[in-house]
Amino acid sequence: MEYLLMLYSEENGWLKMPKAQQEQAMGAYMAYTEALKKAAVLKGSNRLGLSSTATTVRVANGKSEVLNGPFAESKEQLGGYYLIDVPDLDAALSWAARCPGASHGIVEVRPLWGVATGA
Amino acid sequence: MDSFESDGLASSTADAVARRSYGKLVAFLAARTRDVGAAEDALSEAFAAALADWPRNGCPSNPEGWLLTVARRKFIDVARGRRRDEIAGEELRAITEGLDAAAADAEIPDQRLALLFACAHPAIDVRIRAPLMLQAVLGLDAAMIASAFLVSPATMGQRLVRAKNTIRHAGIPFRIPEREELPQRLETVLDAIYAAFAEGWVDAAGVDMARRDLAEEAIFLCRLVTELLPSEPEALGLLALMLHAEARRQARRNVDAGYVPLAEQDPAIWNAHMIDEAEALLFRASNLGSIGRYQLEAAIQSAHVYRCRTGRPNWAEVVQLYDALLALSGSPVVAINRALAIAEMDGAGAALDAIQEVAADARLAEYQPYWAARAELLAKTGAHGEARHAYEIAIGLERDASVRRFLQQRQAALAP
Repeated sequence: MEYLLMLYSEENGWLKMPKAQQEQAMGAYMAYTEALKKAAVLKGSNRLGLSSTATTVRVANGKSEVLNGPFAESKEQLGGYYLIDVPDLDAALSWAARCPGASHGIVEVRPLWGVATGA
Repeated sequence: MDSFESDGLASSTADAVARRSYGKLVAFLAARTRDVGAAEDALSEAFAAALADWPRNGCPSNPEGWLLTVARRKFIDVARGRRRDEIAGEELRAITEGLDAAAADAEIPDQRLALLFACAHPAIDVRIRAPLMLQAVLGLDAAMIASAFLVSPATMGQRLVRAKNTIRHAGIPFRIPEREELPQRLETVLDAIYAAFAEGWVDAAGVDMARRDLAEEAIFLCRLVTELLPSEPEALGLLALMLHAEARRQARRNVDAGYVPLAEQDPAIWNAHMIDEAEALLFRASNLGSIGRYQLEAAIQSAHVYRCRTGRPNWAEVVQLYDALLALSGSPVVAINRALAIAEMDGAGAALDAIQEVAADARLAEYQPYWAARAELLAKTGAHGEARHAYEIAIGLERDASVRRFLQQRQAALAP
């Protein structure tokens, strides 16, 4: 079953980090990605640009509205994702706990449509 | 006494009684009907009633008896409501009378051991045995247990309910197994206790309250087993093993919250009192004349303590203990630890040969300590490229940020 691990964290935390620490964190993410590949569960992953670079679009009553910034102004912002294919939620949670993002932010685990819904 | 003070006293008395008596009361209420869920519900209502009543009327002289009287009434209501279809009036009356008669006794019989055996019964899914014990005997809530075991709270709740239904419907008895089946059944109880401890141990620094508590709760449960079955060497062995691990908890982190491996720990920070207790337990166990997995594991810990304290290498003994343990368990995890001990004695090359035998085991592919051990051994033999890759996987599989940093430092120290 496929699960999306969504990594939320405080962007300021990253920006304020000393260079050496940033490198260490990057290394941890690379190792995590490598472990996912080695276990043959990784379907895709990426890191997102800062939420300040986000633009939101909505079309209502034929009128489009375009706004600067992310959809939700919260302290923790979506910063990246991993899409994994594992047998069940327990396995997905165990991978989520290994994600470096779980140590400095929050990892939300969601099944793709059709997994939990049976659709 | 003003109401604030009496509230405080009532709730601290209730807490103390909960700690001491929760499992005893659940076991007692559920023993006849095997309805653990109903017993828990009744007891939680009794605790709520106590928190409302005691501040007003003062704490009763026998709080346990007070709780049992209230819980018994609630329990009969709950059981009647739940089981209207399955239970005959006659049977319910018998249960009521049984509970009444027992409650009249000053001492509530301790059936927690029977409850532990029911929770770890072979008919119960092995993954849910430890959570079930923590809930039924200690009253921990499902959300906390779910967090510690890395399972979604909804799933954990469902699994606990299902397990309780199995106890009720499959007719799992509340009793201590007969002499001939006791060792085997006790093993499942001890395994579940150790599983709870291991989950608690994941957070070596003890930063996460839920996890630290879990290690303490596991020690509490094992103590309970050794008190109620004082001549079971494996129960003593497990308690000794857990106390050894717990004694070194502080020393596993330096002032910067960095991970400190055993060889670099300062024995002065170890909890000497716990170690003394562990040694005494192990000695008691060895006099009972039946060796087992937990006694061997505790003996290995004891050998590590001796070596670190005296500086006298004793790797031959450690390897011997691992040989015995491997013969007993055949576990690839034991094989890895044995290889690390072999490395100290015969060098990393011999150790790599030793883990080669288990390297194909699929269970190890996602087992962090295997990759960390492999990386360490490869680094020692000078195979830096392979070591770097093994470290990479070990780092990727690690949950604990400080261990991750430690492994990254090791990896960075490799020659390019």
